Amino acid sequence: MKLVSTVAALALAGSLGVSAHADEITGAGATFPAPVYSAWGEAAKSAAGIELNYQAIGSGGGQNQILNRTVDFGASDAPMSPDKLASGNLLQFPTVMGAVVLIVNLPGIKPNELKLTGDAVGAIYLGKITKWNDPELEKLNPGVKLPSTAIAPVYRADGSGTTYVFTSYLSAVDPDWKAQVGAATSVKWAAGNGAKGNDGVAALVRQVKGGIGYVEYAYASKNGLTTTELRNHDGKFVAPTAASFDAGAANGDWKGAKNFAVNLIDQPGAESWPILSPTFIELPKDPKDPAHSLAVMKFFDWAYSHGAEQAKKLDYIPLPESVENAVRASWKADIKGPDGAPVWK
Amino acid sequence: MSEAAIPTIATPHRRTSGALGDRMFAGAAVAAGVFVLVLLGAIILSLFIGGLPSFRAFGLGFLVQSDWDPVQQIYGAAVPIFGTLVTSVLALLMAVPLAFGIAFFLTELAPHWVRRPVGTAIELLAAVPSIIYGMWGFFVIVPAMADYIEPHVIDTLDGIPVLENLFAGPPFGTGLFTAALILAVMVIPFIAATMRDVFLTVPSVYKESAYGLGCTTWEVVRSVVLPYTRSSVVGGIMLGLGRALGETMAVTFVIGNTNRITANLFGSGNTIASLVALEFGESQTGSLKLSSLLALGFILFVISFIVLAISRLLLRPSAEAGARK
Repeated sequence: MKLVSTVAALALAGSLGVSAHADEITGAGATFPAPVYSAWGEAAKSAAGIELNYQAIGSGGGQNQILNRTVDFGASDAPMSPDKLASGNLLQFPTVMGAVVLIVNLPGIKPNELKLTGDAVGAIYLGKITKWNDPELEKLNPGVKLPSTAIAPVYRADGSGTTYVFTSYLSAVDPDWKAQVGAATSVKWAAGNGAKGNDGVAALVRQVKGGIGYVEYAYASKNGLTTTELRNHDGKFVAPTAASFDAGAANGDWKGAKNFAVNLIDQPGAESWPILSPTFIELPKDPKDPAHSLAVMKFFDWAYSHGAEQAKKLDYIPLPESVENAVRASWKADIKGPDGAPVWK
Repeated sequence: MSEAAIPTIATPHRRTSGALGDRMFAGAAVAAGVFVLVLLGAIILSLFIGGLPSFRAFGLGFLVQSDWDPVQQIYGAAVPIFGTLVTSVLALLMAVPLAFGIAFFLTELAPHWVRRPVGTAIELLAAVPSIIYGMWGFFVIVPAMADYIEPHVIDTLDGIPVLENLFAGPPFGTGLFTAALILAVMVIPFIAATMRDVFLTVPSVYKESAYGLGCTTWEVVRSVVLPYTRSSVVGGIMLGLGRALGETMAVTFVIGNTNRITANLFGSGNTIASLVALEFGESQTGSLKLSSLLALGFILFVISFIVLAISRLLLRPSAEAGARK
C-alpha cells in the first residue's frame, strides 16, 4: 500500500515536472553542429525561454531516434533520403553550414601554401600518389620545395557526416574515386590510417610527418593546423576563408533543392570553396505534442534571427536569409497539429 | 518468571522466521542464478536475431570475407576477427610472463613491507579507465613507437626471413603491435592480482616441506605452487584474455583502424569491439550495416565462449590426474 502510494506520488511529481518544463526540447544526432547548438541552447535559455537538451550521438543515431519519435527533433549532416522522410512523415530543414578543409604536416610549408586539386587528393587517398615529391604534386606547386617523405593519409575511422561530405566531394571531382570507393558516412579506404573524431584526425596528422587529413574548418582554425588551398570548379585555387565559404554557399541551387537538400559540393564561382555542406534538422509533420514542436521551431527561429554571430565565431557559416524565410514558410505549410491547424503561426 | 517466559516465546518465533528466511533466501539465490542465465541467453539471442539478415545475405562467407565496404553494402568479419585474435594473443604473450613475475615477486621474494604498496599499485592499475590507457597510448606510446622503437626494429630485422615481414615499415606508430602492447599493460593487473591471490592460498606446510627437502625457490614455485594453483592461474589468464578480446576504447586509439588484413605486426588493423564502436553511431535501423555489426557482436560472444571452453578442456586432465594421486 505504502509502495503504491509512493509510486503514485513519484508519477505525479514526474508528470508535474514535465508540464512545468513545456519549453524544454530534446534533440539528438549529428556531432558536427553540436558546438553551435549548445552555444545557441545556452543563449536561448534566457533570451527565448527555451531549454535545449541536445545529444550528439551521430547522424545515423539521430535519424533512428526521430523515426522512433523518442526525441523532439533529429539532426543529421547528410540529408535524409526523400523516401525515408516521406515514410517517417518528417520535415527537413537546414540550420547552418560547415566547410571541410585539408590539413597537412609538412615541416617548412606554411598554411595555404600548398595547392591541391580534387584529383590529386583522390589519388593520395587511393594510394596512387605515395610521396610528397610526386611529379603531379610538384607540377601543382611550382616554387615550393616538397620533401620526399611518404604521404600518410589520415581518415575518420568512425562513421561521420564529415566523411560523407569529403567523399561526396571526391566522387564529384574524381571519376576514379567514384568508381572505386564512392560516398558514404564510412567507406572502404584504400590507403592510410583511421582516427576517431575530428580531433583524432587533427592529432594524428600533427603527430605523423607527411600526414594529410580532412577536418571541419573549426578544428583546423582552432588548433592552428596547416591548411591547404584547393582548386575549385572554375579552376581557381582558393584558400579556406570565411569569404570563400560564403561565396560557395551563395552559389548553391537552394531554390531547386527538394527538402532543402541542397548540393554545395564543387559549386561554380571564382571565389567558391569546393567542400561545403549544410547540416539538417528533421521534425515530425504530425507532432504528438504540438507545444514541443512549436518550441523547437521557436528555438531555430530565434537561432536564425539572433544566432548568426555566435555561429560565425565558432567557424560555422550562417544560412542566407532567403533560405531562412523559406524554412519558416515550410513550417507553416507542413507542420500540422492534431486539429489540422498549422502549429507555426 | 520473566526468565522462563523469554525462551518459550522467543524460540518458536525464531524458528518460523528462520524457516521463512531460509526459503526466501534460497528463492532469491535461485532467482539470481536463473537471472544470469536468462540475461545471457537473451543477449545471445537478440544479437543473433539482429545479425540474422547479415548471416542470410553473406552466409558463412561472412566469416572469411575481408571487405568492409558500406558503399557497396558488402560486409565481412575476417579483418576484425583477425585483428581481435592477433592483438589479444600477442597481449597475453607479453602480459603473462610479466604478471607471473609480479605475482612471484610479491608472494615469495619481496620483503613484507613492499608487498602491500606494490599490491595496491597493481590493483589501482586495474581501476584506470580504458580511455585513459587509450590517450596515454596515443600521445605517449604511439610517438615513441614511431620515432624510436619501430624504425630500429625494422632496420635490425631487415634481411631476416619471416621476421622482416612481421615487422615492416612505414613506422606509423599505430598498429596491431602497439594495440597489443597497450592491451598487455591493461590485462597485467588482472592476471597478476589473481596469480598473487592464489599463490597465497598454497598451504605453507607444502612449501616448507619442499624447502626442507632442499628445493630452491624456483623449484618450490615450479613443483609445488604452480601445480597447486594451476586451474586458478589459467582462470586468471582467461580473465585477462576476456578483457583483451572485448577492449574497445584503448584499442581504437592506437590500432590504426584499417579494414585490411596484414601479416605485418606494425601494420594497422581493426578489432571487433573497436569496429562496432566506431560504426554504430552512423548505422541506421534496419540497415545491413547495423545487422552486420550485431552479427560481429554475436561472433565475439562465440569467440569468448570458445576461449572459455578451451580453458576448461585444458584444465580437465590436470584435475583427473590430481584426483588419481
